Amino acid sequence: MRSVIDYLSKTLALFRKELLAILKDPSSRVLLFAPALMQALLFGYGATFDLNHAPYAVLDHSRSDSSTKLVARIDGTGVFHRVATLTSSDQIAGMIDSGEALLVVAFPSDFEARLASGRQAPLQVILDGRNSSTAGLAAAYVSSIVASYNQSLGHASPLTIVRRAWFNPNLESRWNMMPALIASLSMLQTLMLAALSVAREREQGTFDQLLVTPLTPLQILIGKALPSILVGLIQSTIIFLIILFWFEVPMNGSVWLLYFGLLVFTTASVGIGLSISAVSLTMQQAMLYTFMLVMPLMLLSGLLTPIQNMPAILQVGTYANPLRFGIDLVRRVYLEGAELRDVAFDFVPLLAVAAVTLPLAAWLFRNRLA
Amino acid sequence: MNTSGFLSRLVALTRKETRQMLRDRSNLIVGLLLPVVLILLFGYGLSFDVKNARVTVVLEDSSPTARDAVAGLHRSQYLATTWVTSMAEAERMVKAGKTDAIVRVRADYSRRLAAGHAQLQLLLNGVDSTTATTLESYVSGALAIPLQQQADRAGNKPAAAASVTIVQRMWFNEASDSTWYLVPGLIALVMTLIGAFLTSLLVAREWERGTLESLFVTPVRPLELVLAKLAPFLVIGGIDLVMCLLAAKYLFHVPMRGSLWIIIVASMLYLLVSLGLGLLISGLTRNQFAASQIALLTSFLPALMLSGFVFDLRNVPAAIQVISQVLPATHFMGLIKTLFLAGDYWPGIVRSCTILALYAALLIEATRRTVTKRLD
Repeated sequence: MRSVIDYLSKTLALFRKELLAILKDPSSRVLLFAPALMQALLFGYGATFDLNHAPYAVLDHSRSDSSTKLVARIDGTGVFHRVATLTSSDQIAGMIDSGEALLVVAFPSDFEARLASGRQAPLQVILDGRNSSTAGLAAAYVSSIVASYNQSLGHASPLTIVRRAWFNPNLESRWNMMPALIASLSMLQTLMLAALSVAREREQGTFDQLLVTPLTPLQILIGKALPSILVGLIQSTIIFLIILFWFEVPMNGSVWLLYFGLLVFTTASVGIGLSISAVSLTMQQAMLYTFMLVMPLMLLSGLLTPIQNMPAILQVGTYANPLRFGIDLVRRVYLEGAELRDVAFDFVPLLAVAAVTLPLAAWLFRNRLA
Repeated sequence: MNTSGFLSRLVALTRKETRQMLRDRSNLIVGLLLPVVLILLFGYGLSFDVKNARVTVVLEDSSPTARDAVAGLHRSQYLATTWVTSMAEAERMVKAGKTDAIVRVRADYSRRLAAGHAQLQLLLNGVDSTTATTLESYVSGALAIPLQQQADRAGNKPAAAASVTIVQRMWFNEASDSTWYLVPGLIALVMTLIGAFLTSLLVAREWERGTLESLFVTPVRPLELVLAKLAPFLVIGGIDLVMCLLAAKYLFHVPMRGSLWIIIVASMLYLLVSLGLGLLISGLTRNQFAASQIALLTSFLPALMLSGFVFDLRNVPAAIQVISQVLPATHFMGLIKTLFLAGDYWPGIVRSCTILALYAALLIEATRRTVTKRLD
């Protein structure tokens, strides 16, 4: 019993020392918590695929009633914002090249005449394909506007497709992006913090001193890991609160499950960080190895592009990526209100990564002396 | 006399910095290996183009008419369809994350079609909103053809009634392949990465170790120090640029419609800005931990998220647009995409290059001031 208390109090002492080392410096305090706040706000507004006020230009050779009505419909959606009314087709290239307009809609001079005589009237849509995703979305919007215009011409189809989107009724990309940031933004800094913790001591030579204390590698591991996990969870909380109260994305799942998931995810990230730390001799190496690892982890996580769009071999590779499962877990608990049994599989890779990296780091503490 | 001293000191210092860089293998790993990994990931791995999206069809009406209606889904190369017979089963698949959308054909479909008001239900999992939006247009497209045929057969008006048809032209990227804009953007990302990750530590490390103070007693001048620190990484960046260009042309077949020399000049200019920014952060913080964090937060992440790399800046609120215009990465990102996909658009080239050159001059001058010989 006594030895247990002794063991715990020693671990606690190291934990307090490590926490103080992180928090004692005011600039590092600011660096740990301000960016999470700033980034959540910046990316919340900036990281969007949704079109709103997409600039477009009109070239109307027909100057007719029908073309005016169709343009009014395009203006009326709120998705598009007319920046120019062109008078000649020579002006199209300038509008698109300069990026002033994302698309130009051009009406031929016989537009109304064709409609009046019951024929098909072509509407030319020219898109700036430099960002083909945005251009594709804009094209889809224009075709749905035209489809509803055609219906108003008495071209009603006997069939309608009724669309409903679950968990994100207006299909806002912010709802998809922001929960993913809870996991990815905090991972970036936690991983680096953990990676630097041992490397800094190695560079300054104090790690050898730590090794000759009565602390076991396990105690050192716990003392080093806990502060980083704590910082990671606090960062996640900051981002979580901003999403919930500032951006008002409704949370459908259990907060307990969310935090349990984040705890496991952050522990896995810290495990990776400490392993990097244990093989690095200097802070610079630790940082560079971290970047080397974090970049592919971020890109192959489904944060920006869906995993399904990747080639099969890479998809298999993503099973080793804790961020993929962290993001999946947070998104599904947050938006879908998934329960533990729905997301149970996400825990498997996360626990596996933690179970490999943490003991590895502890072993490396003693066996990597240089 | 004066200039020869400048040159000989510069050469000596550059040689020292180069050796120092080569000595630590982690520099080369990040400077040369990471770009190769990124090139492969961006070219082969990342894509916004939805392929094999998982659609579950709930066929509650087993009549041939109903089967015909959804047959188009099966033929679409973008969709991978699964068939189930009950809605409950399909809902379970959504919950388990096994399908992205449900197309539901209700039991009364063929009866209602005969009456002229049939409905098909499309339920999307909105968590991945981008895929969902694309999926919606694919599914409607795949359903539209048999719908129209059925409507014609049902004796409705022929398709050629008065209607507006869209003639769509996607300029610069006719096949609408997202690799075409990701790969040019990658050049900007790689140039940013070297500045943010490699140079941001250089001066801070010398301050931490006190070696900068020993340099003060030598005849070395601040400008020489700054230039010597930039030189080796300019070479690394140049090698990366060549690798990116070769991969873009020969591996990914991204068109290079602008002039090669302008692409190179503009990229090197941006590289200088990026390295300068890294050095400035390094000189201002004098602390490796702070420098790396600030570099990550002010240079790399904004270049990834706010420069128009994947998120089109025309969609973001005005305040974010202002912030993104302050970032040098935004100006280079727009320029390099235009150079690759659209060609030499001179007003844009002149404007962006001027901005980048101003940034480069400003950053190098500011860095020079941070290493003036003063102890505090």
